[in-house]
Amino acid sequence: MSATAVLTQTTTAWPTPLSQTRTVAKLHSVTKSYGQTTALDKFSMELRAGEVVALLGPNGAGKTTAVRLLLGLISPDSGSVRVFGRDPRDADARTRIGAMLQITRVPEMLRVREHIDLFRSYYPNPLPAAEVMRIAKLDGFANQMFGQLSGGQKQRTLFGLAVCGNPDLVFLDEPTVGMDIESRRALWDEIRALSAAGKTVLLTTHYLEEADMLAHRIVVINKGRVVCEGTPSEIKHRVSGRRIRCITQLDPEFLASLPSVTDVQQDREAVVILAEHPERVVREILLRDETLHGLEVSAAALEDAFLALTSDSNPAQA
Amino acid sequence: MATQAIAVSAPRPLTLGYYARIFRKETQYEFVRMLRTRAFSLSVIGFPVMFYLLFGTSNRHNMFARYLMPSYSCMGVVSACLFGIGMGIALERAQGWLELKQASPMPRFAYLAAKTISCAAFALVIVAALVTMGVTLGGVTLTAGEALKLAFVVLAGSIPFTAMGLLIALLVPPNAGPGVINLIYLPMSFASGFWMPVSYLPHWLRIIAPALPTYHLGQIALHIFGYAQSGSMLVHWEALAGFTLLMLGAAWIIFTRSEAKA
Repeated sequence: MSATAVLTQTTTAWPTPLSQTRTVAKLHSVTKSYGQTTALDKFSMELRAGEVVALLGPNGAGKTTAVRLLLGLISPDSGSVRVFGRDPRDADARTRIGAMLQITRVPEMLRVREHIDLFRSYYPNPLPAAEVMRIAKLDGFANQMFGQLSGGQKQRTLFGLAVCGNPDLVFLDEPTVGMDIESRRALWDEIRALSAAGKTVLLTTHYLEEADMLAHRIVVINKGRVVCEGTPSEIKHRVSGRRIRCITQLDPEFLASLPSVTDVQQDREAVVILAEHPERVVREILLRDETLHGLEVSAAALEDAFLALTSDSNPAQA
Repeated sequence: MATQAIAVSAPRPLTLGYYARIFRKETQYEFVRMLRTRAFSLSVIGFPVMFYLLFGTSNRHNMFARYLMPSYSCMGVVSACLFGIGMGIALERAQGWLELKQASPMPRFAYLAAKTISCAAFALVIVAALVTMGVTLGGVTLTAGEALKLAFVVLAGSIPFTAMGLLIALLVPPNAGPGVINLIYLPMSFASGFWMPVSYLPHWLRIIAPALPTYHLGQIALHIFGYAQSGSMLVHWEALAGFTLLMLGAAWIIFTRSEAKA
């Protein structure tokens, strides 16, 4: 797992966007349910001009629902959704928006070049086709049918569709899924370039690393609610615990009572302990259980971070 | 840096030229896509052609060579619309592609129009193929006027069956699509006299036939060649118009309901 890499990454500080005051999109106290499940629960979020915001959360947290609301694909049960001060279903709002959604398949019998050409025609002010090819790095396979592309190439084509209309606001729903490291980094560069050109970007991801690398602001979401919100360094500060995994005969109740332990989970035959000061915990358990084996200490993975952030002891929830 | 050329765009009024371009591109690529999707293009064009080669040309010295030309043309337009629209939209809906299009500024009407026009174009190809085979292999004589009238009727017929395809797309899950469409369209074609005149059919089918939209389309097309049953053509046109409104109305209700639920 890339868990270790996640937290040790240090990023260059982002310059604060110039026009921070202008709100381009806003979800205000939005509730949206599907049958018994509440996808979003009094969820509020704002996007300001020129910023990259990462909506970070585990699967099923409500990230995609937030994006679909902002795109006007669904309507909220209660609360309001505004994009450029308008209803997102308004055609004028849509000409200024680009989107990359999680799509299983697009028409396979059209060439990449043709897909781009078609989508460009939807926008009054599109980028030149050659520009789109360059930004999304489609040159190598522009004449191939969509159906013949690899997963990463498909994602790049979808990114091309999202930016080809030269939109002011871009939604990227899990953009790097299925991409290799190289394509992923190339896409990150392009997302930064979008931001540098004054575009607003909303990115959903479940990779903490990705949010950390790209976003000015991270909104952590779980079970349809905002868990916490802040700059990448603020967020990382809150999930700075370590993860201890070992096979031990010690009682989980006892483990939970050790100093700085925030969470104890059973994982098959092992226990997983989250602790702020792992050294103290490890010293203690080694002393008390001579049979202890399989010891691993690593940086908290995102899933652990969520457990830490959403557990009852977390002050953010109080 | 790479994206220097991108500048923040000012909103521009949407002109007629902008909409015209969307319609043209959408239609052009939809037709190309359907043509390249061989499962669709080969079966939709291939079946009427194959059946005409089997049953039309073998009856070159009697009325059937002439009769099957308009009747298979009708069958062609019905299958092009039901499979093209019904399956096409159902699949794109299930795969999330339709959603990306809905999020784009493309007007919904352009999407439907492009699919309808493309299916109608397929129907015209079928008519042209059948007329050509009729004249060359079937020993049929017909005037240019008759051929044009047939093309017009088939084009008009694409509208009611597009509407029906739309309703199917909203009701039937995409993996069940081909089966359901065949179950609807094959019996309907048979009972409407696409395979043999309605007067040859069993009595109970003859009673059912006027309830089928395909029957009315068939009668209008057969009328051009003098094979329609007696009666006014106006009734058949009215029946098709009524059927179109019924299908569109039902599709509209289901669509707005699913949208409210979404």
